[in-house]
Amino acid sequence: MTTLLLRHRDIPDIGRLEVYQKNGGFEAFKKAVTTMKPQEVTDMVKASGLRGRGGAGFPTGVKWSFIPATIWPHYVVANADESEPGTFKDREIMESNPLQFLEGVAIACYAVGANAAYVYLRGEFWPVADILDEKIADMEKAGWLGEKLFGTDYSLNIYTHLGAGAYICGEETALLESIEGKRGQPRIRPPFPAVYGLYGKPTVVNNVETLTNLPLILEKGAEWYKSLGTADSAGVKIFSLSGHVNKPGNYELPFGTTYRELIYTYGGGVTDDRPVKAIMSAGASSAMIVADDKALDTPMDYASVRTLGADLGSASVIVINDTVNLDWVIDKTIHFFKHESCGKCTPCREGTYWMQHLIVRICRGEEVEANTRLLRLVAKQMQNKCLCPLGEFSTMAVTTAIERFPADFEPSTSGGKHA
Amino acid sequence: MLAEKYPDEVKKIMAKYPPEQKRSAVMPLLYLAQRQDGYISKGALEDIAQMLDITTTDVAEIVGFYTLYQDKPTGKYRMQVCTDLPCALRGADKFLEQLCGNLGIQVGETTPDGLVTIEAVMCLAGCDKAPMFQLQSAEGIAYHENMSVDKTMELIETLKKSSGEVRE
Repeated sequence: MTTLLLRHRDIPDIGRLEVYQKNGGFEAFKKAVTTMKPQEVTDMVKASGLRGRGGAGFPTGVKWSFIPATIWPHYVVANADESEPGTFKDREIMESNPLQFLEGVAIACYAVGANAAYVYLRGEFWPVADILDEKIADMEKAGWLGEKLFGTDYSLNIYTHLGAGAYICGEETALLESIEGKRGQPRIRPPFPAVYGLYGKPTVVNNVETLTNLPLILEKGAEWYKSLGTADSAGVKIFSLSGHVNKPGNYELPFGTTYRELIYTYGGGVTDDRPVKAIMSAGASSAMIVADDKALDTPMDYASVRTLGADLGSASVIVINDTVNLDWVIDKTIHFFKHESCGKCTPCREGTYWMQHLIVRICRGEEVEANTRLLRLVAKQMQNKCLCPLGEFSTMAVTTAIERFPADFEPSTSGGKHA
Repeated sequence: MLAEKYPDEVKKIMAKYPPEQKRSAVMPLLYLAQRQDGYISKGALEDIAQMLDITTTDVAEIVGFYTLYQDKPTGKYRMQVCTDLPCALRGADKFLEQLCGNLGIQVGETTPDGLVTIEAVMCLAGCDKAPMFQLQSAEGIAYHENMSVDKTMELIETLKKSSGEVRE
C-alpha cells in the first residue's frame, strides 16, 4: 500500500516545496479557499469520519463545529508537543513530510475562519521548528500563505512556538497557557477551548497527524477516506512500535490491523524470540494488556482495543517480553508521571508522589504484599478526581498491572527482572 | 540587553504574537537569553520582565516550571539520556550506567574539565532508536540516536577537540 501520511517513504524529497507542488501539493487548500465555503470543508471532514489522532479520538469535524460565529478572532493550534513515552510519529511527519502537515493546518484554519495558527512544538524539537520555519517562509514566498490568498479576502499566517520540556503541555488547555507565556498548567473546563481558547478566543487544537490527513480528504473525498479502516475508525493510522521488538519504528497501517501483524509481520518479531508478555497500546498512559492469543489477534481500532480493557489512544505500542517484571515497568511509568505532574491539583501531585514511594519499596522487596495493596488503593483513589487526564493516565498501568499480572507482585518475584 | 544584542531576533519574536499579548514572547526570549549566557542570569530575568511589562517573578516561574531552562551554569554540553520505559527496554539504563562509569562521574554531574554534564531525562520521542540522547548546548539541541558507549566516548573526544576554551 502506498503511504498517505508518511509519503516521504514513497516520494523522496516531498519535504521540498517544488516536489510537493509537483505531487499535487496545496491544490486541496486552494480548492477549499477558492471554491468551497468554510462550512462545506467542515461537513466534508465530519463525513470522512476522521477522529483526533493525539489520543482522545474525538471526531475532528465535530470539534470544529463547536467554534461560535459570534466571537472573533478564531485560532488554530497544532499540537506538536509529542511527549508520550512510546510516541514518535509527529516528529517523523514534521521532519520528512512537513508541507502536507502545514497544508493541513491551513485547511483547518480556513474551515474555522482563523487567520493565524500556532504550531506548538515541544522544546526538544528545536531543529524540527527550524525546518517548519523554513517551510513556512517558502510557502509565503510561493503565495500559499500571507495576505489575500488566491485573490480572495482570506489571509493566513502560521507561526511556530517552542515549549521547553513539559509533558503536561500536550494537554490542550495547558498548551494554550504556555503559548500565553504562563506556566503550562491545565485550565478548569468548561469553558472549553472552542469557546475560550488562546487569548480567551475560540480555538481549535488538533494533533499533527490529524491535520496531516486533511489535504487527502479534501482531494479524494470523504467516502474514499471512510472506505479505509473499519466502521468506527476511518482511515489510516501511524502506529509507533517500540520496546522488545526487532524492528521498532513507525508503521502506517489501516485501522483494523492486528497486534500480531504489527509485532510479527511488520516489527520483525520479539527481541531474542521471547514470548510477548504485555502490550501497552497507548504509550505510558496505557492500561497493561495481557498478550494472550486473543489480544494478539485483536484488530487495532478504537472499539476493538476497548474490549481488551485498554484504549487505542495515540497508538503507541510498547511491547514487553517475559524477561522483565511488571513492578519494574510501572516503576518507570510512575517515575515519569511524578516528574511531569504539574502540581496544580492535589490528587495528581500527592498521588504520583506516594505511588513513587510505594513502588520503590515494592521493587526493593519491602513488605511487598502490603505495599502493593496500598499502591493499588492510592491509584484507585486518584481515578476520576484529577483536574486533567495526566493524573488518570498515571494510574492506568498501575492498577491493570497489579490486577492482571498478580504473579509479578508476589514477594518472591518482585524486585526481580529488569531490562 | 537582549534587544540591543539581538535586535533582529527580538523583532522577529515579538512579531509572532498580537501586540497586546506580548507576554507570549517570554519563552522564546528566555531561549535567546540562554543562548547568550548558557543559562538564565538574574539580569536576563529583569531585562525580559521589563520588555514584556511583567514582573521578574512572572519570568522566574517560567524558568522554574520548564526543564529546558537553566538558572545556573552547567557543563558546556548537557548530554541528556532518555531512560523512560521504551528506551529502557532497549538498554538505556545500562548504557547510562556504563557511560558514567567510563567518565568517572555520577548522573547529574559534570566532567572535571567542565565539558559535559550527564543527565537522565524523560521521553524525547526517539523510542525506536534507543539508546539515544540529546546534546544541549548554547547553540541548540541535537539528537544522537542508536548510540553505543564507544560511539558516545568518541563523540565526547570530538567535542573536546573542537572546544578551544575548555582546558584539559
